[in-house]
Amino acid sequence: MASIDARGLRKAYGSTVALDGVDLRVEEGRILGLIGPNGAGKSTALQAMLGLIPYEGRLKVLERDPWTERDALMAEVCFIADVAILPRWMKVRDAVDYVAGVHPRFDRAKAEAFLARTTIKLTSKVRELSKGMVAQLHLALVMAIDAKLLILDEPTLGLDLLYRKSFYDSLLNDYFDHTRTIVVSTHQVEEIQHILTDVVFIDRGRIALNVSMEDFESRYCEVMVGPDHLDAARALKPIQERQLFGRSILLFDNADRTRLAALGEVRTPSLADLFVAMMGATQGAAK
Amino acid sequence: MTDAALQTPSRVRPLYWSVRRELWESRSVYIVPALAAVVVWCGYLLSAIGMPARRIATLKLDPVHQSMVMGQPFVAAHAAITLAVMIVAAFYCLGALFNERRDRSILFWKSLPVSDLKTVLSKAAIPMAVLPVVGVIVTVVAQAVILLLSTLILVAAGVSAATPWTPGFVAGEGVVLLYAWVTLSLWLAPVYGWLLLVSVWAKRAPFLWAVLPVLALCLIEKLAFNSAHLAHLVGDRIIGSYDAAFVTASAAELKARGGMPALGLDTLDPGKFVTSPGLWLGLIVFAAMLAACVWLRRRREPI
Repeated sequence: MASIDARGLRKAYGSTVALDGVDLRVEEGRILGLIGPNGAGKSTALQAMLGLIPYEGRLKVLERDPWTERDALMAEVCFIADVAILPRWMKVRDAVDYVAGVHPRFDRAKAEAFLARTTIKLTSKVRELSKGMVAQLHLALVMAIDAKLLILDEPTLGLDLLYRKSFYDSLLNDYFDHTRTIVVSTHQVEEIQHILTDVVFIDRGRIALNVSMEDFESRYCEVMVGPDHLDAARALKPIQERQLFGRSILLFDNADRTRLAALGEVRTPSLADLFVAMMGATQGAAK
Repeated sequence: MTDAALQTPSRVRPLYWSVRRELWESRSVYIVPALAAVVVWCGYLLSAIGMPARRIATLKLDPVHQSMVMGQPFVAAHAAITLAVMIVAAFYCLGALFNERRDRSILFWKSLPVSDLKTVLSKAAIPMAVLPVVGVIVTVVAQAVILLLSTLILVAAGVSAATPWTPGFVAGEGVVLLYAWVTLSLWLAPVYGWLLLVSVWAKRAPFLWAVLPVLALCLIEKLAFNSAHLAHLVGDRIIGSYDAAFVTASAAELKARGGMPALGLDTLDPGKFVTSPGLWLGLIVFAAMLAACVWLRRRREPI
């Protein structure tokens, strides 16, 4: 079953087109990273999936229409929009009580156990917590909900490295179980690369890349070559070339690895490198 | 999550918890009426200077006038708490669907399975259900304390604290209070509906959006037709609940009482109230405004 199935998803704000015909299918049990520059349409796509905004085109989330069946959908979908949306006047204990009181799939014991491992006091108000602690609290609430789909829109924006790392570690170790689906959008590509099963690059409302991580690893490779092999490597049509310590690193899409191996050390690029290669080029063209 | 837990989802009460959430956020809903009671007590204690002498004079009057004079502090307490509750209700409604967008918490509320209808109903329940209950309780407590204070002061001064009030009369006053608070909310419903609608619609300054357009329309009507129907309609809606729900006193009678209407069991007029078109029109407008609130909140984003 597809958790998310979008065909020709389109959304315009006045004359600004935020989503320009997005086709996307996310199967159950996948962890999809939605990656794109500022204003690429990531948040708009996620908001459409959550039924927060009307849209054009066909979109099914857990077999439901998010705009017309939002109330039913929200019993099975969770989301963290960003770290700053928990009401500042609320006490931690009240937040747990409230979610327990309104959500049929909330497991209070699980939330309290998670909070007990943090330094968050149940009597504190959200306004008294640090940004990282608010994110932990939100994650504790969300992870205690037995949702089929979890949508995270820049969940770690503005957090320090330690909180970011523990956020994704908790998500992967304590939450993900191959029957749930997670969609996460972020700028911090390198930190989530290891947890993803699929990756989508989105640029100016369109999907620029949509691959599973296995395909990503077999399709893309980069070679570090010395000056003597540079012309031979360039002849194989790299999609990007950059300099590092006087040597050149060339990034290839679907190249012959045995031929590349003769030119230098072949390795899998990071998502961040591919992102820069693909988006940097289009951004440069736009400028 | 285990299978057992999936099969027996925990019992949820979204409306109940949403109303509780409103009370966590807006503590002024019960603090301000309570403060109004404290202010009334302070005023009453200041009036205690010379009260025994005045009471001796009052006791020489006939029972009807005795009751009227002795009842004045109780009427004043009721009036002060009513005013406090109306002000709290107005500001609560203006913030109810505005603050959640300003502080972005609307995204958190919308991430939970609580429909826009339930959210709007829980917010409308504060002025329509919670505040009348708060009003009744605070008024009864304020009046009981005034009775206790007057008894203590008079006994200490060696003056009779006797009143012409029988237990039956006091119980009747309780019924009058309940009736006054319920009819007040029902009469004000379209005002609360309008304030909630502005709250969900305005991107900034909901207070100005709630007040200025109404004033502008009144002004246009005055300039164009030299009439003031709209101003009268609005004024009647805000302060007219007693005229709608009680037997109206004649102007002369009102003057004799120093402008304070007499509220007693004999002045209740529920028949007039439930048959007044103003009540039902107001409630229809209120329902339409709540429906508009639900529709708009569905489409609202943080500001």
